[in-house]
Amino acid sequence: MKVLAAMSGGVDSAVAAARAAEAGHEVVGVHMALSKNRDQTRTGSRGCCTVEDASDARVAAERIGIPYYVWDLSDDFHDLVVEDFLAEYAAGRTPNPCVRCNERIKFASLLERATALGFDAVCTGHYASIRADGPGGAPSLHRSRNQAKDQSYVLAVMGPEAARRSLFPLGEDETKEQVRAEARARGLGVSTKPDSYDICFVADGDTRGFLERHLGEAPGEVVDADGTVLGTHRGTHGFTIGQRRGLGIQQPAADGAPRYVVDIDPASRQVVIGAAELLSRRELVATDVISFEPLAPGQAVHAQIRAHGEAMPGRILEVPEGAAAPGTVGTPDGALRLALETPVRGVAPGQTLVLYDGDRVLAAATLERRP
Amino acid sequence: MVSPAWEERAYLDHAATTVLRPAARDAFLEASQAWGNPSSVHTAGRRARGVLDEALSRIAELLEVPRSWLIMTSGGTEADNLALRAVPLGVRAKDPSRTAVAVAATDHPAVLATARALAAGPEPLEVREMPVDERGVLRPEGVEAALAGSRASVLSAALVNNETGAVQDFPALAAAARAHGTLVHTDAVQAIGHVPLPTADVDLMSLSGHKLGAPVGVGVLVARPDVPFAPTSTGGGQQRGVRSGTLDAAQAAAFAAALGEALDERERRAAEVRGLTARLRRGIAEIDPEVRFTLPEDSPQSGHILHLVHPGADSDALLFLLDERGIDASAGSACSAGVTQASPVLAAMGVSDDDSRGALRLSLGWTSTQRDVDLLLAALPEALRRARAVGSLRR
Repeated sequence: MKVLAAMSGGVDSAVAAARAAEAGHEVVGVHMALSKNRDQTRTGSRGCCTVEDASDARVAAERIGIPYYVWDLSDDFHDLVVEDFLAEYAAGRTPNPCVRCNERIKFASLLERATALGFDAVCTGHYASIRADGPGGAPSLHRSRNQAKDQSYVLAVMGPEAARRSLFPLGEDETKEQVRAEARARGLGVSTKPDSYDICFVADGDTRGFLERHLGEAPGEVVDADGTVLGTHRGTHGFTIGQRRGLGIQQPAADGAPRYVVDIDPASRQVVIGAAELLSRRELVATDVISFEPLAPGQAVHAQIRAHGEAMPGRILEVPEGAAAPGTVGTPDGALRLALETPVRGVAPGQTLVLYDGDRVLAAATLERRP
Repeated sequence: MVSPAWEERAYLDHAATTVLRPAARDAFLEASQAWGNPSSVHTAGRRARGVLDEALSRIAELLEVPRSWLIMTSGGTEADNLALRAVPLGVRAKDPSRTAVAVAATDHPAVLATARALAAGPEPLEVREMPVDERGVLRPEGVEAALAGSRASVLSAALVNNETGAVQDFPALAAAARAHGTLVHTDAVQAIGHVPLPTADVDLMSLSGHKLGAPVGVGVLVARPDVPFAPTSTGGGQQRGVRSGTLDAAQAAAFAAALGEALDERERRAAEVRGLTARLRRGIAEIDPEVRFTLPEDSPQSGHILHLVHPGADSDALLFLLDERGIDASAGSACSAGVTQASPVLAAMGVSDDDSRGALRLSLGWTSTQRDVDLLLAALPEALRRARAVGSLRR
């Protein structure tokens, strides 16, 4: 196969590219330039967006013996990820930009471009496993063997069509140490780089400052569940569901119990705070469903609602039109409804819901505000 | 990727760097054996000085200037920095009314970014950017406006533009500048070996070794003796105190050898290259009826650069596909970070951002042959079809 290896400059994507080449594929390394004004050197734990990262990727490609290019996807990244991130916060939601980047850049813009250029697949260093064990050889997406590094949650939005044209050579590795050791053995000088965690386009890691700079002030009220005004705030984008600190409230609750953000209403710009019990949700609602296989009401599933969270047992109540067939995307109006066995706290609209059957991904969708 | 072997490839990016001439390599290797510091007074030093002096004398002879006018640099960028930084500051120190510099809007970043840095620095200089017409030629009224008030210390314009190959009319520019007492600088990095140098018309001229077949890392600034330099480079005071640092005899020897060959064969090679470029132009026009050549065939140009736009094509994709098929080409000037910025050169010539996305620069040089033209024309149809498919993905 002709394979495009996306190379961030980090250890995972370098080892993934090396394995694809060793497997006999015709591999070309590509580093995506996602920002127009890139920092020259890396600072902190950001790990993909500097000129230094591009240069690490180039050195790794040279060592593997594959051609290497930088592709400028900064316009798409800005329009489809950064703008979306800001718009979601402005709407009182809590977006996951890494999910959007997978959905719209890596397994959309990059993949489409690669296909137009004659590539059969895109290879990345993600920790997840793609198997062709669905009906008629349809691809299925599984959690990686390395449960601690598993990235199936942020990848589920890629859907089955993109999965068919993707390779994750690290999905069956037990530990990150194996990958680092292999990088050292292969002479890939990136083996000592730290893992990256922060949002890549928030240069200094100060997400709240980034939001304030771009969204400005949009003052509103902080109220309790009865609508009593307890204080004011400078913008709903400073809050996320389940947040406890920095609420800007002078007087404590009557019962002295801690209070949390339980709702954000972007229309009235009200931030509602209340006791922990008010955060509990048993029923989840999600839209923009992307499914790997048919879903049906009554089906038992496990639901994961944040990147490093646990998958919780539940049952599908309602399936939106269209989502019954794999690979289709439910309309924004049609909602997937789900009942959990045990209530969960801190369901933030805008975050991704991923449904699993064991380690196999069934579908991804975006959580909405109210049941 | 199974890419064609070296001997089956076509190198069409001589404007980025040209092929090292064997004569330059031989001269470098031989001179490098004469180790020693040319500024030392002992035998080893004298030996290195001897090699260096011989090389500088040869360069001076080839350029038809006195040897004392030559300042060796690390390349074109450093030569431009001296001309646009040390000279305007030096002139202003002598004549405080000279508070401006005039630069072509299409100049190389080595010139433009240097001028703009002075404009942003302490005691800023005024930067007057001179507009060009759709052929990339400076507009006379824009030149006059930049010279108005006799405030400009230096007027700078590339003799041959690095992206488009457009050529400026130096006798006319020099006459206009002299009338205002303004010094004239040209970045002739792309011109050397392709068009005659306007040595008599300019006070300062930047040259680069690797554009004429010497190694990367050597350049020359030709400066008349009466040009004042501020001491921006400090150290041991070598080269008129303008550019300190131990001189590199081996690089000077390589530069001299490459320059000698380039000038000796200029007329013959330039005619050949022009012929190849014309064939490329005709062949590409047949393959892509929508192609837009940035310069019309009859406008002033160097003849070794063919710049064009394939509307709707994605030039990153086109370069990738051509590379895969054995063709080394460029979309414009090379960029370190790999992020494509809309070309300021094309913008200054009135080309839209959308159009400059489909840009392709093919540049020829001393090793170019008909086979290079044939390889490009054979690879282009399929590469262009796919590059347009990629271009259509843009929302």
